[in-house]
Amino acid sequence: MPLAVLDFGVSPFVANLTLLVVAAFLGYVVISKVPNTLHTPLMSGTNAIHGIVLLGGLIVLGLGEDLGALATVILLIAVVFGTINVIGGFLVTDRMLEMFKSRPKPAGDNTEDAR
Amino acid sequence: MSTPLAASWVQDPDTISILYLIAVSMFVYGLMGLRGPRTAVRGNRVAAVGMAIAVVATFLLEGMGNWALIAAGLVVGTVIGVPAARQVKMTAMPQMVALFNGVGGGAVALIAWAEFIETSGYEGLELTFVIPSLLAAIIGSISFWGSLIAFGKLQEVLPGRPIGAGTMQQPLNLLLLLVAAGAAVWIAAGGDAWWLMVLVLVAAALLGLFVVLPIGGADMPVVISLLNAFTGLSAAAMGLALSNSALIVAGMLVGASGTILTRLMADAMNRSIPSIVAGGFGGGGGAVAGAVGAGEHAGTVRSTSAADAAIQMAYAQQVVVVPGYGMAVAQAQHAVREMADELERRGIDVKYAIHPVAGRMPGHMNVLLAEADVPYEQLKEMDEINGEFPRTDVAIVIGANDVTNPAANTNPQSPIYGMPILNVNEARAVIVLKRSMNTGFAGIDNELYYDPKTAMLFGDAKGSVAEITSELAAL
Repeated sequence: MPLAVLDFGVSPFVANLTLLVVAAFLGYVVISKVPNTLHTPLMSGTNAIHGIVLLGGLIVLGLGEDLGALATVILLIAVVFGTINVIGGFLVTDRMLEMFKSRPKPAGDNTEDAR
Repeated sequence: MSTPLAASWVQDPDTISILYLIAVSMFVYGLMGLRGPRTAVRGNRVAAVGMAIAVVATFLLEGMGNWALIAAGLVVGTVIGVPAARQVKMTAMPQMVALFNGVGGGAVALIAWAEFIETSGYEGLELTFVIPSLLAAIIGSISFWGSLIAFGKLQEVLPGRPIGAGTMQQPLNLLLLLVAAGAAVWIAAGGDAWWLMVLVLVAAALLGLFVVLPIGGADMPVVISLLNAFTGLSAAAMGLALSNSALIVAGMLVGASGTILTRLMADAMNRSIPSIVAGGFGGGGGAVAGAVGAGEHAGTVRSTSAADAAIQMAYAQQVVVVPGYGMAVAQAQHAVREMADELERRGIDVKYAIHPVAGRMPGHMNVLLAEADVPYEQLKEMDEINGEFPRTDVAIVIGANDVTNPAANTNPQSPIYGMPILNVNEARAVIVLKRSMNTGFAGIDNELYYDPKTAMLFGDAKGSVAEITSELAAL
């Protein structure tokens, strides 16, 4: 079985943990390059992205069978909350960013360097 | 199917995982776009499309049902979220972000709770499911209630000044943390009473309340960004429990970014994150601030008129505008832009000096000035503008206080000593627009106001700026 070495038999949890740690470093690297001036949109943008919790609500509600009344209500609220987080977050960020125009066009189009 | 809820999620088909992969790649790509104003709008939209893909992928999961409930939840959320996001004023942005952040954390806590109920207390589930779920419940609950308090303070439903139990605060918070953790450990060890989970959620909720209540308005940028990180982390924990790659990666991206941002804010105030969370200003409580604030200055302040201010600026070569929260409160950003236009018409260079913690959230001033069509290139960060002040003829301070206080550089007794500030006092002349001589949120007297080259223009910032503009036009 020459391919046996490729099967580490890693548990899903450890695989997920790997993903988690790598994502943390990725987030660190990506965000460190954002200029101060864009920190509000950055915060509201990341705020929208953690609206991903909506998926959790959808999964638990969607896959639940014979949910009790209390659990159903709780999950329904969770989905409503998640939706507000996602929709509100992205819309508000979009509105803010629309305002960041550079009026007098700087030489070249590399606004990143302009800071 | 009578298998517990958890079992079926492990069997994510590859297609869904690949859709999630595409979605998170779009999140990362979108965040990369935020490095510059030109690419940021598209970046945000790319991330939004990624989110739509993630939601659709979730619908594809085998065994999804309860469509009517899901549709109802999505519709209600949209009906609430869209108008809120559309109508909120730019000045109210910090509290809106706090609110959107809070509901995200709340959703996580609720999901963990529902799971607990439906699985009869996580019965028979692996610890790799139970522990992340409990973490998600605790962090989510802290984030929800903490964000609500932050919202209340920013919206001025609650007083902005620190509210707390004084020296009892720390032991109380520690006790609450122990109660939440203790109940969680009990559940993980097999406890399945309904009230155990309620205890976890309530203790964490109280902790969220008590951590944010004692924090003063001036520290809000740090708190909001900390709570943002918390919600991200709770989403990642929920992702571990549900074995959902999209939740893990997106949640952790936000957790990391929020943590960095929090640290940047704290550095900009020369405070440690623990000391801010510990509450009160200066760590040592109100005594220090009070001692410095109480009439140490017998110096006189010089007040000026709009006409004099206009003349002073008309003969300048470079004017630097230093905006603070007062500008936001007075909604003066458009008036400020008009004044700057008038100055530029006379060939005067106008720049804006933005302190990283000016306002009530990171980058708050930039958003307001951008709303008033101030070109992005004129907005200067602290490090960039500080070297310019000696070459600046007039610095006009609009509703900013602590971030211009020279005591931060010179007075080791001051609670804000060591905090990086805008060196406004190095400008040749300073005009301060202020409502009255009241101290700022930190409650500290500002030596800048007693500087002989400083002139105070009392009144509402918007009115004062408009007056200066009309005086300039009349010159």
